[in-house]
Amino acid sequence: MRERDVPQEVNALLEGHRKAVYAVGDDGKLRIVASRGWEVEETVTRQAVEHLERCAQEARRRVLAGQSSPLEYHMYRARMDVALLAQAAGLWRWRVRRHFRPEVFARLPQHLRQRYAAALGLEPVALDQVD
Amino acid sequence: MSSLLRHEGMALSEAMAFGLSSALAFAYLPFVRLNGLPLIAYRMPPGAIISGLNRGLHLGARFETFRSRQAGMERLDALLDAGKLVGLQTSIYWLPYIPRALRFHFNAHNLLVYGREGDEYLVSDPVAETVVRCARSDLERARFAKGVLAPKGRLYYLTRPPAVADWGKLGRGALTRTARIMLHTPLPLIGVRGIRWLARSVERLPLDDAGDAARLYIGHIVRMQEEIGTGGAGFRFMYASFLQELAAASGYAALDGLAGRLVMIGDRWQDFALAAARMIKHRAPLEPPKLAERLRELALEEKGFFRDLDEARRAWPH
Repeated sequence: MRERDVPQEVNALLEGHRKAVYAVGDDGKLRIVASRGWEVEETVTRQAVEHLERCAQEARRRVLAGQSSPLEYHMYRARMDVALLAQAAGLWRWRVRRHFRPEVFARLPQHLRQRYAAALGLEPVALDQVD
Repeated sequence: MSSLLRHEGMALSEAMAFGLSSALAFAYLPFVRLNGLPLIAYRMPPGAIISGLNRGLHLGARFETFRSRQAGMERLDALLDAGKLVGLQTSIYWLPYIPRALRFHFNAHNLLVYGREGDEYLVSDPVAETVVRCARSDLERARFAKGVLAPKGRLYYLTRPPAVADWGKLGRGALTRTARIMLHTPLPLIGVRGIRWLARSVERLPLDDAGDAARLYIGHIVRMQEEIGTGGAGFRFMYASFLQELAAASGYAALDGLAGRLVMIGDRWQDFALAAARMIKHRAPLEPPKLAERLRELALEEKGFFRDLDEARRAWPH
């Protein structure tokens, strides 16, 4: 990549941060150049973010329809999957999946709510809401 | 890493640190899952960079992990109070100063802490251009995040000033190791053969569900390549920069030509990313075999490149 070809396509997702990239200057030497973003990067980041948001919205619909518990929604909101949430909360995966059932989630003991809240970075009371 | 060394009074560029520690690599690890997608790495894990340099420069690097969060934070405070610069492995998700869109549960992020003011740590992070501040509770959460490659509070620091280096000797050793990793790792998932395995998995992507899953997979490859740090093509450029610097430091000019070739390979990686992004954005028809073809060409080019690198290393006059 030549120094003048370093992409400066402002990547909104970087929120004004710039990235250091290596590029070849006119003297043939590589040097560090600040880039404001590359469209390709923005495309794939946006794709990943939107995928997780879509999962969260689908989970939200299921929660409102009484088919799932808010825990599933919060899991996707925190960009996690079952494997990671289970590890972060220190539970078996099947238990996490079981807690996706609304009737099981409704009588979840306080200490488990505490663990989920800590794993997700939420307050325990926020676990019930799907805003 | 470069800043760690500068703190100990040794000027070594990031590219030199990267190259001398033989950090360039390729690995396709389908059994390590990140949100259901395979881990694809374009370099060695960050710890390897430090231990790689440690080997040549005798830095007395120490690594510590912790079972308890409290012990991990107390140890960090004690090291900072003793005037140490401390490197940390963290999750990137829990760091509040990172742009929201870049915060995924990726646990191999590295940053440097060089001070503390009350409950705030002064952090130098490759993602942020300037020094940032990070609250204690956030840093603790980031250090003790769970999941794949969980950091377990891992921290590292240097205990000895670096020895004066013989660039020729260090450089030769580093080139040997990199060529070995890329060409002769017994596992087919590592090195040039790993690129081919990745190509095969891309080729076999199912196209039902209108290609959504395939697009996610392809996007994931590009994200692992470009977004993490300076990115995959970026690491090729960084290594090229190392070859140039090594050529200048040791006076072995053959490395300059190789640097130029590696820059061209890096450009081809970027072309691959561009082609993939066009498919993701529906600007081009979704054809995974075409991407697989590009990956195979890259594998071939890298194979030739590392062979020649090894050749040049052997011809290096002592």
